[in-house]
Amino acid sequence: MTMAVNALRTGRLARCLPGCLQAVLGTALLMPAVALAGWDELNMTVGVTDLSAEVHSLHMRIFWICCLIGAGVFGVMIASMFLHRKSRGVKPATFHESTKVEIVWTVVPLLILVAMAIPAAKVLIKMEDFSDSEMSIKVTGYQWRWHYDYLDEGIAFYSALAPEQDLARQRGAEYGLEQFGDAYLRDVDNELVVPTGVKIRFLNTAADVIHSWWVPDLALKKDAIPGFINENWATINEPGVYRGKCAELCGRDHGFMPIVVRAVTPEEFQVWADEQRASAMAAAETQHHPRDLATLMASGEGVYSANCASCHQQEGQGIPGIFPAIAGSDVATGNIEDHVAMVLHGVDGTAMTAWSGALTDAEIASVVTYQRNAFGNEAGDSVQPLDVRAMRSTALNDANELDLGVSR
Amino acid sequence: MSADNAHDGVTHHAPGDHAPEHGHGDHDEHGPASGMMRWITTTNHKDIGSLYLWFSLIMFFIGGAMALVIRAELFQPGIQIVDPMFFNSMTTMHALVMIFGVVMPAFVGLANWMIPMMIGAPDMALPRLNNWSFWIMPFAFAILLSTLFMDSGGPAGGWTLYPPLSLQMGDSFAFVIFAIHFMGISSVMGSINIVATIFNMRAPGVTFMKMPMFVWTWLITAYLLIATIPVLAGAVTMLLTDRYFGTSFFSAAGGGDPVMFQHIFWFFGHPEVYILILPAFGIISSIIPTFARKPLFGYDSMVYATASIAFLSFIVWAHHMFTTGMPLAGSLFFMMSTMLISVPTGVKVFNWVATMWRGAMTFETPMLFAIGFVIMFTIGGLSGLMLAITPADIQYHDTYFVVAHFHYVLVPGAIYSIMAATYYWLPKWTGNMYDETLGKWHFWISTVFVNVLFFPMHFVGLAGMNRRIPDYSLQFADWNMVASIGAFGFGFSQLLFVWIVIKCVRGGKKATAEVWEGARGLEWTVPSPAPYHTFETAPDITKHMVR
Amino acid sequence: MSSPSADAYYVPHAARWPIVGSIGLFVFFWGFANWLNDRPLGKETFFLGVIVLVVMMFGWFGTVIRESESGTYNGQVDTSFRMCMMWFIFSEVMFFAAFFGALFYARVFSGPWLGGDGGGGAGVTNEVLYQGFNYVWPSNGPDRIGGEFMQMGWFGLPLINTLLLLTSGLTCTFAHHAIRHGERKKMVKWLAATCALGFIFVGLQAYEYYHAYHGLNLKMSSGIYGSTFFMLTGFHGFHVTMGAIMLLVVMFRGMKSHFTANNHFAFEAAAWYWHFVDVVWLGLFVFVYLL
Ligand code: HEA
Ligand code: HEA
Ligand code: HEC
Ligand code: CUA
Ligand SMILES: [Cu+2]
Repeated sequence: MTMAVNALRTGRLARCLPGCLQAVLGTALLMPAVALAGWDELNMTVGVTDLSAEVHSLHMRIFWICCLIGAGVFGVMIASMFLHRKSRGVKPATFHESTKVEIVWTVVPLLILVAMAIPAAKVLIKMEDFSDSEMSIKVTGYQWRWHYDYLDEGIAFYSALAPEQDLARQRGAEYGLEQFGDAYLRDVDNELVVPTGVKIRFLNTAADVIHSWWVPDLALKKDAIPGFINENWATINEPGVYRGKCAELCGRDHGFMPIVVRAVTPEEFQVWADEQRASAMAAAETQHHPRDLATLMASGEGVYSANCASCHQQEGQGIPGIFPAIAGSDVATGNIEDHVAMVLHGVDGTAMTAWSGALTDAEIASVVTYQRNAFGNEAGDSVQPLDVRAMRSTALNDANELDLGVSR
Repeated sequence: MSADNAHDGVTHHAPGDHAPEHGHGDHDEHGPASGMMRWITTTNHKDIGSLYLWFSLIMFFIGGAMALVIRAELFQPGIQIVDPMFFNSMTTMHALVMIFGVVMPAFVGLANWMIPMMIGAPDMALPRLNNWSFWIMPFAFAILLSTLFMDSGGPAGGWTLYPPLSLQMGDSFAFVIFAIHFMGISSVMGSINIVATIFNMRAPGVTFMKMPMFVWTWLITAYLLIATIPVLAGAVTMLLTDRYFGTSFFSAAGGGDPVMFQHIFWFFGHPEVYILILPAFGIISSIIPTFARKPLFGYDSMVYATASIAFLSFIVWAHHMFTTGMPLAGSLFFMMSTMLISVPTGVKVFNWVATMWRGAMTFETPMLFAIGFVIMFTIGGLSGLMLAITPADIQYHDTYFVVAHFHYVLVPGAIYSIMAATYYWLPKWTGNMYDETLGKWHFWISTVFVNVLFFPMHFVGLAGMNRRIPDYSLQFADWNMVASIGAFGFGFSQLLFVWIVIKCVRGGKKATAEVWEGARGLEWTVPSPAPYHTFETAPDITKHMVR
Repeated sequence: MSSPSADAYYVPHAARWPIVGSIGLFVFFWGFANWLNDRPLGKETFFLGVIVLVVMMFGWFGTVIRESESGTYNGQVDTSFRMCMMWFIFSEVMFFAAFFGALFYARVFSGPWLGGDGGGGAGVTNEVLYQGFNYVWPSNGPDRIGGEFMQMGWFGLPLINTLLLLTSGLTCTFAHHAIRHGERKKMVKWLAATCALGFIFVGLQAYEYYHAYHGLNLKMSSGIYGSTFFMLTGFHGFHVTMGAIMLLVVMFRGMKSHFTANNHFAFEAAAWYWHFVDVVWLGLFVFVYLL
């Protein structure tokens, strides 16, 4: 046994040292080479918060440690493969155990791990400190869009994949995806606008299935779980547009659920917030005005492709076995009140969520009217925003605005 | 139990199924019966081993074909070939088939073939149960795969079946759940059989600390299976009742929690990934000493390391859940316990390297695959270690970095070990040497392509491409194209493997009993091909031959 | 043992029952899935599967019993059987562990989180989503799924059931002592008592369920409490039924003069199983009913 250790320690090792070194250096040299070739785009982003920078440097540190370990192990292996091959006429040694080396290669890795765990724990503890936030935004995941609710500002809206990209991805590659450049699948209709330099607390939850709100530049990723709130926070240092995506498989269009955070200075944010409130007021004022069939159909088409087409499809054909067709649907050609009720309250335990919270009376009126008179459906009737408002309040008792998960 | 009370006198096996009438303990040499019924009714561990291995090979091509659908869709940005829903069910099915239909059955097949031979037993402890364990698999997979042809499509919520998403599945939901129950029954029975065989069937003199590493690793794996598969069964049963019987295990509205499923699932799921790698460790520990012509370095520490890995695997599960909003203490605990697993795994890697050190190595195909395993498994292990670092994992989680990690440990890990084992023992099984030149080609082509396939996934993952998506942003296009080329290259080079195996079964240079110059172990004392019944009389254990 | 091949490890050839078992399970699962989806013939297929499985068990166990009675098995085969049973029971323990785990998790973690206790986002969850919801076990969640219900107390039926099962554990042990002394008749008597206690237990359990549904409005759909209550006690009840049937079979075999003082593995297997359901019940009694 001691012989074995000696062999490892002395002569043999020295003889093969050049080989080892070569291998180690070779591997180590390769890395910077990769780094020069546009490594930035292939590596984790440094991001724009203090924490994201810390996460990045933690990542780089463990990465290099792993590279070194790998280089060491592979170096010795490769050296051995060159030196100790039968074709060189070597005789096999017979040593086969050594408690000493076993202890060494148990303890040394352990120490390396401790060295990794300490900084990791520090960063983690910082991440979990939610105190002293200055602003809270509730983020709710829906299949397949996000809802943002600025809890103190009284602003709330939905945010989904930008319509022209949504069309593009449904039509496939021939549509010319290049026109969108790197933003393909990463633009939304309504961006989340936030101020810089403010500790923002995000409260993640979901309405149907689990989603995950992930913005790499903010080093934020936390699951949005139906029925629970998960906290998350960020203080953004620089104004800019930061893109992210839903990171938890949430069904058919999980890949099409982008996030865009636009960080602006606090002053700009105030301006934006005021605008939002003003336009919301204006929309509320006019939304119950009566409209004719053509107007409803026109606006309905927009609502439909933004909200419903991802499941029921652009042509209303649905996906057999998963999402029912609207074309020829009994609901969409039958009693109009049932149709409105279905859209308002959804169907428990299915992907068809309640839309009462998501859409305004005008939107629901348009989309229902549209569904009844498009795709070859010829119900011929229409429903007015005021009617929807009426149905909403009569059915309010058994409707739950935010459907909490599947409860079947 | 020690081997000293392994039973003397239990030296030969009794003949046929009507033994009571005519058996006098002397043999009527039962060869295999012929025709279909031979395979359906066989109780012979070698037959059953072969069945498992062939089954696994077929499933490998089915699961692989699904992977190729995934890679074909991801060849370019935009949706070209399949509907996103079908894409998701390909991802889900690919994983279920590869894990439950390929790697696990292949390992059980190897266990069937080799464990009785390695410990000098006449057969498995419970031969009829053994037959049943196998013959469940085709039926279970018939149910699972049939869901792809149902109206509502196959399971599309990921192999992890997280609710509430998995509850949205159409009618095929119940079929998927029952298919999992069905497979579970097979795994548990198979493992029980292996445990009983190892405890009860060792020839006199084969003590625990003389068992080949492959037997040790399987013993421990069998325990992991017996302890975790029932937990998976419980988890999917709860899914079933949530869906069909109105329970609220995973719904907050009723006081449950969707994340609870994840805890239960990963309590099974994490040990499961070691189920997929421990037998591989055993295989590698058999092959490297043979071709280094030097005994395995640190046998005892290998045993303890394997046991430590198994133990630790039960207390690390929530490292798959760092983004679910666990309490801080939980995150810290699971981070550190996960990191700890690197230590015993490192011991194994170091011991393999020390076994090679100052040996007299030759590089036949099994050795090539074994070395490929050690290197690429270590790459996968190191990325696993990176994933264990919670703050960083929050960024890695659900990206292709994770996909790269687990494919490195699974494909050039588990799959390579199975390839290595096949080349290593094929002469023993068939009596013929396989075509060494083709074998080497198979190794080199596979190794080039597997890295082309999986290495770029690290990059796109870090750069922000998330997993389980059928379409991606343009900046990931180049590397995805590279990976897809690698996938097709790797996939089609496996046809070479099939060809080599078939060629070897049909003929070739005759193999000697020992086959490999440096081989040790009881399996090399019997002629090649191994006779239908081995060790009807317990073998004479010389120290040299056991391990 | 005087059998001709007593010194050999018995390796059967050409087993036909396993494939029957596989087909049975296939039909069973296929039928069950169709039944759950309200598809035609689902129920019928399910029961067909059950029949095939029962036939398979009769056939398979019959073969094993015949082989055993004719002395084909030696001590080593016996050990294999024992290990098989032991680890099978262990796997069952783990199955129950999953459900106990769910119970603990809901009671200790997720429940209080919904109610606003505990660290992390817990307080916020309650504040934002469930204002006014106060979590107390037993709970059916913030949405009061299944409506108001009453908890199943531990006093009364559950206590009686506990005593029944504990007694049956004793009678089972008496039966074991009897057969160890070669007193087969006595064994049959004690076994009869054990089975009777077992079936009374199941009967009372059924009555308890009836009472829960109709008296307490406690249903499987009564939120997490109903879920854990019925799944734990239900699977346990199912296992008691299985165990009692096993004991019954052993009893009939005893009546047919099977088993000797040192060859009665089937008895022991059934007895272990019985003790296992016993222990699980104690866990249930403490964690489901008492606490
Ligand atoms: C065979 C299968 C296998 C194996 C062996 C492993 C091994 C390991 N895995 Fe992996 N893992 C998977 C299969 C496997 N994994 C799968 C399938 C998933 C994804 C599941 C899904 O979500 O679908 C996954 C996901 C996964 C995650 C979750 C990622 C996420 O979703 O965010 C994590 C996080 O900690 C992790 C960690 C580890 C670690 C630490 C090891 C360790 O065991 C590795 C230990 C090995 C080494 C470290 C290398 C050798 C050691 C040395 C050379 C010694 C020196 C080393 C040091 C001092 C550090 N794995
Ligand atoms: C042992 C397990 C195992 C194995 C061996 C593999 C092997 C492969 N895997 Fe798999 N994979 C998983 C386990 C495994 N995988 C798991 C657990 C997941 C996670 C699933 C989830 O997210 O839920 C996953 C997910 C996964 C993804 C991510 C999908 C997504 O997130 O959407 C991808 C993408 O590239 C992929 C690719 C591949 C490829 C190209 C191979 C190749 O190695 C395959 C080799 C190919 C062949 C062998 C094909 C041979 C076929 C032919 C030559 C054609 C002829 C055909 C016939 C004759 C029928 N896998
Ligand atoms: C996340 C997927 C999804 C989205 C988005 C969606 N639906 Fe649905 N919808 C469903 C599912 C699933 C059903 C079937 C429910 C059931 O099982 O009864 C359904 C059913 C319907 C039906 C009844 C069809 C029938 O014949 O049974 C109507 C009408 C309908 N949805 C309207 C809408 C409208 C209007 C929108 C958009 C404002 C919309 N849906 C958005 C998934 C969706
Ligand atoms: Cu939402 Cu993925
Ligand atoms: Cu894990």
